[in-house]
Amino acid sequence: MTDHFIEDKTTKVAVKLEGVAEKVDFNDLKTGGFIKQRQKDLFTVRMRCPGGRMDTKRLVEIAKLAEKYSKKGVVHFSFRQSLEILYVDYKDFNALVGELEKIGQKVASCGPRVRVPTACGGCEYNPNGLTDTQKMAEMVDKKFFGMPTPHKFKTSFSGCPIDCARTKEMDFGFQGIVEPLWEETNCTGCTICSEACKEDAIEADADTGKPIFDSKKCIYCGDCIRACPTEAWRAKRYGHIVRIGGKHGRHPMESVEVCRFLPDEKVPEAIKKTVEWYNANGKRGERIGNALKRVGLEKYLEFMGPVFADVAPAATARAYVPNFSVKQGG
Amino acid sequence: MGDVKVDAQLDLRGVVCPINFVKTKLKLESMEAGEVLELTLDSGEPIQNVPKSIKEEGHKILEVKKEDGFFRLKVQKGE
Repeated sequence: MTDHFIEDKTTKVAVKLEGVAEKVDFNDLKTGGFIKQRQKDLFTVRMRCPGGRMDTKRLVEIAKLAEKYSKKGVVHFSFRQSLEILYVDYKDFNALVGELEKIGQKVASCGPRVRVPTACGGCEYNPNGLTDTQKMAEMVDKKFFGMPTPHKFKTSFSGCPIDCARTKEMDFGFQGIVEPLWEETNCTGCTICSEACKEDAIEADADTGKPIFDSKKCIYCGDCIRACPTEAWRAKRYGHIVRIGGKHGRHPMESVEVCRFLPDEKVPEAIKKTVEWYNANGKRGERIGNALKRVGLEKYLEFMGPVFADVAPAATARAYVPNFSVKQGG
Repeated sequence: MGDVKVDAQLDLRGVVCPINFVKTKLKLESMEAGEVLELTLDSGEPIQNVPKSIKEEGHKILEVKKEDGFFRLKVQKGE
């Protein structure tokens, strides 16, 4: 793959710095995070900011270090939510990394390995959020960051179907969903749910106002649950839609859905096994999406076995079906 | 349910999101807990969004009536 060469900046760094090996810790360079700039001797130092979240005390300290080490006094927010200090002289690498370590800030990575996960705000404070994406990003960063893979391996977490974290273009993406459950006893037939549903999955019965639910149209966003004034719509369960094989870059690919309603506690296992499969089947420089195309999605699913297979499928329409309606839901 | 006593009214027809919710919030702030506000909201975006936000702020929607192109809601102010 041509883009392997372009994007794998680690190799370039190592080559460039061979003459001054005594000044630079090559182990730091290998895990990446040091990206060569156009300017002679100057590099971008990318920090590790899973989910793009950072406490303010650390941010203040990083600001001081950026002021000290950036020859131009600038930082950049990377496309994957990590803060980068620009214009750092390679001779200052060890000093900067040392100072970053003191404030508990690690340097990120480039190259063929599990990358820093990205995430939206998630259910902690975003009203649309269905899953705790920040907690998941932290977990992935702790457990899987830096694991070697045939090519880069990007993960992300979106808390709802709006999918701000773009799970559809990740090597492995997780998007929060909720399965709605309707109970007639609490329903007053107010029709707000049918108005609130942006997917036309809920139609209000013309006589009673009660919902006729089409499960095939439902994307599990939970708008009906949040809008219902009487708690007639409730959350049956939360989970993740799991998507694999997406990428952006020069030849973008859309991922495919491999699981619906994967619970939080099964996410680590899903990643662990997927990385295992990728390392066993992917060629060097081949993204997992291309490996899946070559080897076959069914082989991957077979390998994943019970991790995905044990997750119960979404129940079909259980909402109100009026006696005389011709449009029977789901 | 139709006999819920109304303490205040707010007609938000023609008012767009999120101004309609902000006006609702301000109105509720001027009221006592337990009092009831009758809201008139357009169909479409306003009825998709405002009830969710009202619930999230801890108020209770007691009654919803669908009219032609708009909704009448009775909202009880939370604690």
